[in-house]
Amino acid sequence: MAALYEGYTLCGLVPGQTLTNSGIQGIEAERDSDHVVVTDSTRSVTLYKVSDQKPLSSWTVKQGQTLTCPAVYNSQTEEYVVVSDNKVIRIWKDEDILLDKAFKATVSSDVWRVHCLPGGEPVVLFQRGAVRLLDSLLSAPQQPIEEVLAQEEAIRWSTNIVADSQQFVIFTTEQKGDSFLYLHRLNPNTLQRYRLEREEPGLSPLSFSASYRDKHICLLYLYPNGHVYQSVVSVRGLGGDEGAQALPLPRSLLLGLPVGEGLLEAASAQLLDEAHVAVVGVPHPSAGAGKDFLCIWNTNFQTLQAGKEMAGKIYGQLWTFSNKLFIPHGKTLSVIPYECPKSSLASALGKLNNGFINISVNVIIYGFFSLLTQRTNRKTQSAPSLTVDQVLDFTKTAPVEEVQREVEGLLSRADIQDLQPLVGQLASMLVSRSLADPAFYTPSTLAQLVHTQSLCHSVCPDLVLLALERRDFFLCQLCLQFFPDIPEAVTCACLKAFISMPDTEAEKLSLEPDSVSFMETLIARERAPVGLQNGFSSTSTDQDCSDALGGGGRVVIKTGEEDKEKSSTPPEPICPVGLHKAVLLNEVLLTAYSDTFLLPHLKDLSSQHVVLFLQYLQFLYLKYSQDASPQMHGLRSPSLTQIMDWVCMVLDAHFTVLVMTPEAKGLLVNLHSFVKSQVRLVSELGKIEGSLQELNKMKVKKDVGQYSIEIIELF
Amino acid sequence: MGEFKVHRVRFFDYMPSAIRAMAFNSHTERLALVRADGALEIFNFADHYFQEKVIPGQDGRAVEALCWVGQRLFSAGLNGEITEYDLENLRPRYTVEAYGGPIWTIGSNKQGTLLMVGCEDGTVKMFEILKERIQFQRNLERQKGRIVSLSWHPSGTLIAAGMMDMIRIFNAETGKEMQHDPESREVVVWSVAFLSDYTIISGDSAGKVQIWDGLTGTLVRTHLVTKWDVLCLSVSQDESSLIAGTSEGTVVQFQFISSTVDQQEEEWVRTRTFKNHSHDVRALAHTETAVVSGGMDTQLVVRPLLDKVEKNTQESAMRKIALPHRSLVCCAKKAGLLLFQFPDHLEVWRVGESDGHGEENTHTHTHTHTHTHYAYSALSPCGEWLAYSTVSSVRLYRLQYNNISITKVGCSTLTLLPLFSVSVIVHTALFINTIKCMSELALFFSSSYFQLDKLSIVAIETTVTIYGSVCLQLHCTVPIYSSCPTAIAIHPTTSHLVVVHADQQIFEYSLVQKEYTEWSRKLQKQGLHSLWLERDTPVTHVTFSLKNPAHIILHDMFMFCIIDQSLPLPESKTLLYNQMTLRSLPEQERIRHSHAFKICKNFKHVMCVSLLEDHSLVVVERPLLDMMSQLPAPVRQKKFAT
Repeated sequence: MAALYEGYTLCGLVPGQTLTNSGIQGIEAERDSDHVVVTDSTRSVTLYKVSDQKPLSSWTVKQGQTLTCPAVYNSQTEEYVVVSDNKVIRIWKDEDILLDKAFKATVSSDVWRVHCLPGGEPVVLFQRGAVRLLDSLLSAPQQPIEEVLAQEEAIRWSTNIVADSQQFVIFTTEQKGDSFLYLHRLNPNTLQRYRLEREEPGLSPLSFSASYRDKHICLLYLYPNGHVYQSVVSVRGLGGDEGAQALPLPRSLLLGLPVGEGLLEAASAQLLDEAHVAVVGVPHPSAGAGKDFLCIWNTNFQTLQAGKEMAGKIYGQLWTFSNKLFIPHGKTLSVIPYECPKSSLASALGKLNNGFINISVNVIIYGFFSLLTQRTNRKTQSAPSLTVDQVLDFTKTAPVEEVQREVEGLLSRADIQDLQPLVGQLASMLVSRSLADPAFYTPSTLAQLVHTQSLCHSVCPDLVLLALERRDFFLCQLCLQFFPDIPEAVTCACLKAFISMPDTEAEKLSLEPDSVSFMETLIARERAPVGLQNGFSSTSTDQDCSDALGGGGRVVIKTGEEDKEKSSTPPEPICPVGLHKAVLLNEVLLTAYSDTFLLPHLKDLSSQHVVLFLQYLQFLYLKYSQDASPQMHGLRSPSLTQIMDWVCMVLDAHFTVLVMTPEAKGLLVNLHSFVKSQVRLVSELGKIEGSLQELNKMKVKKDVGQYSIEIIELF
Repeated sequence: MGEFKVHRVRFFDYMPSAIRAMAFNSHTERLALVRADGALEIFNFADHYFQEKVIPGQDGRAVEALCWVGQRLFSAGLNGEITEYDLENLRPRYTVEAYGGPIWTIGSNKQGTLLMVGCEDGTVKMFEILKERIQFQRNLERQKGRIVSLSWHPSGTLIAAGMMDMIRIFNAETGKEMQHDPESREVVVWSVAFLSDYTIISGDSAGKVQIWDGLTGTLVRTHLVTKWDVLCLSVSQDESSLIAGTSEGTVVQFQFISSTVDQQEEEWVRTRTFKNHSHDVRALAHTETAVVSGGMDTQLVVRPLLDKVEKNTQESAMRKIALPHRSLVCCAKKAGLLLFQFPDHLEVWRVGESDGHGEENTHTHTHTHTHTHYAYSALSPCGEWLAYSTVSSVRLYRLQYNNISITKVGCSTLTLLPLFSVSVIVHTALFINTIKCMSELALFFSSSYFQLDKLSIVAIETTVTIYGSVCLQLHCTVPIYSSCPTAIAIHPTTSHLVVVHADQQIFEYSLVQKEYTEWSRKLQKQGLHSLWLERDTPVTHVTFSLKNPAHIILHDMFMFCIIDQSLPLPESKTLLYNQMTLRSLPEQERIRHSHAFKICKNFKHVMCVSLLEDHSLVVVERPLLDMMSQLPAPVRQKKFAT
């Protein structure tokens, strides 16, 4: 969930400008993430330290001269580059005080922009579309500059991008209502021209934003009607045919933003990462028609993630450097830190157990929000949370018992809802201390924190691994139970630890009683005389499965021969693992996962463990098939589908190994019979479906009026 | 069989009137029932609850109570008269003015010698029952308020009378008031029952069923059964069970049993509640095996007591009789006209010509006949002649449709002509009505328009008699069958008589050979399908197809059936309702699976099915929901979780 934090003012804007102009020509990154160079629209360049909100130095050109391009910082040479009066390139260093005394070179054609990326060379883009590296230009300033653009074509926006050590200059132009995209690669120079698809007539893009990822350049552009399009250009395919033809540029609609009344006038959209876009100058969907909002949208889910009202006029300008948004609005230039964490909804794509999804996502979102408010609150009013801070400090140093006591006290004192951000802080603090100090471990406190259900894996990612390391399987179980977002790798690590644990050790554990009682009833339950669920009946299936059925557990192969004889009465399946181990394995079965992510990790299991795990799954399946309703409500019990999914995944992950393992043969034959029964069931259900649909249609009773003429057919 | 165009008619706004009173005669197993419009209906419980006889009502004659005395039936009403009915000729036999103002209740002693009525003026009047009439005997001591309910002690010596706020006990011989049981204020004792152990049970407007000791006049027990009124009570013959009907539409049963297992002493214990009515239960009868109830919602409900009947048999099924067991609709096949009979007027409608949905091209004619209600009515196939009968007369009219007019062409005012049915058969110029009067047959024809060359049928109870209509000699009598005929028709071309009985049997009788036809014998030999016999509504109308003489069309309340006599009869193993199956089969295989009974259950609450000359069907439906929606609001509606 992306978030906008409390912003602060970097500088005031120069008053007295025309209303449509903010007075800022451009903002460029300086040496590090905390410094920016701000070029105003007339004469001065100012270097700011952002966190201190104060100017470090400033340079001005003479009266009568104007800066026509934002100053850039060349980090390689530690020099600033700016262009004045379109043709004069000026280069200076930090220690230079007067700009007039700095290096100057006059070029033969009008310059549009100078671009420079950290680590890259400065590039000069001329107004007529030609591109030169600054160095080569300065070696012969008066060299002739060719015209790339057509007569009435003018550059609207430009940027440069470094992709795989290749430098690109990207600029867009406009000609008689058509928009074009130019992709200029340097060394070797190639140029590709694309034509943007036309939006409604008379509309041209308000703002552009480009980024590079996965060998593709991604261009994002916003139209006045609120449509945000994305076009993706492959870097590799470039240079085939030299920009003679304007290729059509395919686009996809990312967002349809609400525009309120009329079209957008001053608005801008900036890509923040692959899933988030910051938009300024567009109305907030739930706050009326006012356009002075800064919003972060998630393009994957088309959801508004964060919004903030900006006081004063919005000029449609927006820059972003290192998790900070720079917005001129009203009479100030504001800096707004933001955060776009990897979307937790990713877990939603995976398989989640029985409708847990809603709750868990809410928890994450809520947790994040409250964390946010807490943090901002503390900044403004730190007095009420003093005791909490004390406890936090206390946990860093105090011995185990006292920490336990204090945390317990704290938890019992306040409302859990208020504690949500605190629980996260406490847990991560305890975990990091435990990791650092092998002697320090507070199992009961951690368990208590997990029990509050305010924690999730992303808040303290090391907790589960720590529990595994300390062999605190009870905590593991709790984490598996309460964390909605455990990554598949961790799930697999848990599975591995559980399955390799000796039964004797497992029996000593004290586990969550609900899950234990479920397993106890499952193992102890008398077999129903004729059980048949989901079409699978252990007695009625073909004889070929009877041998494996007989074994049930690890004894399959030894007893296989004998069982074949008494195949008419297959004995009770025996649980291949101990009670507590089974409980822990159930917990793994119940976790949410996405099979694509889980599959590679499953391959880490040894073949011996795989067979054991499969045997256990088979045992569960048989039990479920025999008993009419083993899934007791409210108990932690895996569903039949979950069991089947796991069987399939484990088989997928280890198929070749299992085929080669002689011990697994019986098991595989057995599982095959499950599949057969499932297939049969599904086909039967398919047959029923048709009839049921007919039934539905019949139910529709049409209203007969007072008089009607109908046709009936008698046979 | 093919496709049929069906005119689905739902604009017959027939509305039965509320059930006011009923009396059950356990010897003959007949239930007499009287409705708010004064119409009397006799149901034969021994013969599949068939509505055997109907005597139409009369304006201004509201019957309030009924009483059987042996085979004789008496009624009394708010017009202050006592009426005895002539159940042979289906008309009132005579009326006697009681001179006591409106009569609220009537009762007889067990011996069947005396009749008493409770009057508005506070008197209980005794009448001696003579062979041909009744004669006033004396008044009991006059009371201040009206006598709302009466009950005679089985011994015949004591009479309990329910009044406003009190119950009084009279000595039937001396006529002296003996004692009274005061009730609380403003209570009407709607019903009393005097049991042989001198217990008096009362049901009152306060919603209580109270049990009194009739000798001492003390209250033994009070059961509050409803927030509204307890309107009627009925006690079983052996006095072990009692039922009370309430304004909420419930019937509450009490039984005289020991309340706990080890307790010897028996008392009246509330045992069951039946909720089969949406409105007031005005009338109750406790038969040996069932609770019979009726009221404002016009339906007669027979609810068998499951401890008295064998479970899961036809006997144990509940019956709701909502529509009359006779046809109130007559269809003129050639003209495509429908005649609807209402109690006080007739309507003629023309079915739509186009295939369009919902077009109704109609003529409406209304006759408002003075005082007496219509008994039977008929329309000739050409639609030109309309005849109807009342209790006392038969009239014939000629209809002209180009400029709508009605001309009366004939009228019989012969009062001795009770009427069973009027049927206008086959040709325009042919008008036959059949009338039975005691032993002689009288034929009514009043003008020379008619030539009588056909036969007429008379069905009285279980005997079907055929008369030749030219010279009115007896043509033949169909062998007597034990069950009442519910529908009779003569085939226009083959002259076969088709009779359907209340027990669902079908007979075909050749009037030429004067014997059952081959088909009928085959049907009897093989027996009808069990599902056919299990239907619980009688066939009310039989008609034929003019195109295919082998087709017989008949219907009951929930289905119509076309019997194709050329096809094999269904065996007991075959599927009777096989239309859905046949639909799903390919054409060639249908023949193998089809049988003579083509049953269509697409229509519900059917009042008439007829085949027009153009081979299109007319189905007149009267949906129960439409009828329900015309009822006044009930006192209490069941809401969720209340």
